[in-house]
Amino acid sequence: MDFDLNLLTVASARNAIEQRQITATTLAEGFYKKIDAEDKAIHAYLTLSKERALAQAAKIDAMADKGDPLPPLAGVPVGIKDVMVTNGVRSTAGSKILENFIPPYDCTAVARLEAAGAVILGKLNCDEFAMGSSNENSAYGPVRNPRDLTRVPGGSSGGSAAAVAAGTAVAALGSDTGGSIRQPAAFCGVVGVMPTYGRVSRYGLIAFASSLDHIGPLTKSVSDAALILKYIAGRDPMDSTSVELPVPDYPVEIGKPVKGLRIGVPAEYFGEGLDAEVKAAVESTIQRLAAAGCEVVNISLPHTKYAIPTYYLIATAEASSNLARFDGVRYGHRSKDSKTLSAMYRRSRDEGFGPEVKRRIMLGTYALSAGYYDAYYLKAQRVRTLLTRDFEIAFQKVDAIITPTTPTPAFKLGEKSDDPLAMYLADIFTVTADLIGIPGMSVPCGKSKDGLPIGCQVLTKHFDEATMFRIGHAIEHATAAAN
Amino acid sequence: MNVTSKDVSYVASLAHLDLNAEEQARMVRDLNSILGFIESLNELDTKDVPPMAQVASARSSKTSTLRDDALRPSLPHAAALKNSPQPDANFFKVPKVIER
Repeated sequence: MDFDLNLLTVASARNAIEQRQITATTLAEGFYKKIDAEDKAIHAYLTLSKERALAQAAKIDAMADKGDPLPPLAGVPVGIKDVMVTNGVRSTAGSKILENFIPPYDCTAVARLEAAGAVILGKLNCDEFAMGSSNENSAYGPVRNPRDLTRVPGGSSGGSAAAVAAGTAVAALGSDTGGSIRQPAAFCGVVGVMPTYGRVSRYGLIAFASSLDHIGPLTKSVSDAALILKYIAGRDPMDSTSVELPVPDYPVEIGKPVKGLRIGVPAEYFGEGLDAEVKAAVESTIQRLAAAGCEVVNISLPHTKYAIPTYYLIATAEASSNLARFDGVRYGHRSKDSKTLSAMYRRSRDEGFGPEVKRRIMLGTYALSAGYYDAYYLKAQRVRTLLTRDFEIAFQKVDAIITPTTPTPAFKLGEKSDDPLAMYLADIFTVTADLIGIPGMSVPCGKSKDGLPIGCQVLTKHFDEATMFRIGHAIEHATAAAN
Repeated sequence: MNVTSKDVSYVASLAHLDLNAEEQARMVRDLNSILGFIESLNELDTKDVPPMAQVASARSSKTSTLRDDALRPSLPHAAALKNSPQPDANFFKVPKVIER
């Protein structure tokens, strides 16, 4: 094959198939060869869905042979984070408790991608039940960062970010509950988009925290992310939290100039604990946006430091409830030889869940238990209102907010795995957008002197992904021009 | 607020988790460390702040949480039972429910 698979984008892959330079089948087989050769070192994939992928590719090729118009993502090879269920293809959520789970239906976002012509290569590694910031909590072993194999890819969508960075998928779907799309995107040097809460259906997403969970794309470019989002977004009757708003044509919106847009820079995101190289890269990005005609406005988001504690109460409370369904009765691991039902529940869960999942179930159960509900859960819900107000006030003055995505570049495997609090703080700049439901993206904006990618975060108002994409696109161009 | 080993046992029983001695000890340590960090929320006076319980519906009047009460196909019986750890033709089998 003359194709350099590493250089393919969503648009160029489809184009090559439409121009008959390659068939969808040859392309999919090329990716499987690449995965066989290169994924052992990275471990982005947990399960390959070859049969399903080749059937879809054959369908696309038959259409192309007949000269029929091809669907918008025809033949584009994508990977899916293993927290989204896939009909007939094992879906583990990175947990032993679902080691042999073969779902009987498809996640809406996956079904929509496939209906748009995409080829689902397989399921991508992640932290167990999406709980983690380094991918070290996967029951199947960690993912390594393709940019430096001694470092973590971030999490929890570590496999999604690593596969796109390594070129073993052209694009991937991830999920974001506290930063799980944007943080690994920043660590691996790819684009990661969390859309507005309600923009993309979560039907078939194995639930972690229902008021915080989002599905979104990880891609090599901002325009690829805009394309993918266009086809997965929109109301789904199977998810009552998905909204009935029209989905803008993001790939068209992206080309609009950024001149005149007001960019907010929150002081609280540039203080103590921020790595000097990350700070310098994001500040240069802001200067480049100013040079492109954006108006830079200094703003304050005074409750920022309360976001992590708020998040770890709400997310764990919701998780303790959502994960109650894993009881060994209808699917998933069941402990052998329990004499009674309650012993079967306890043992199945103890054997099936890993340490971080147990820790979060315990924290959430504690925060919701009698006598503590007001002090913890309700308190956190009130602070969530304060965090939302911070942003409402800021968005009266600005169209978008620019921050670093993470306080540091990718850290080493094992560096934080014994200290849950240190790990939680890796999400310090990303959790707030999840708590208030606004869209956010991470765009590569530079590299550290060790060659590690640095991500810049763009946040906009609810349902204003279009402005987010425009600014992300401008950052991408300005970064490329500067290097 | 200090979490004791007894608290951990109680919460584990609520959560249907069977923690071994080592997990139990680690959990006491971790919960105290995380809850200690969370204490910072008490610096904020929130008595007049309403709790935020909804994310999307506050933003879009078009979030329709009600649908027509129409019949539609559900998962076929056999497909629903396929992942059952202890299969049976019609039901999910479990160990004895009533404990004496």
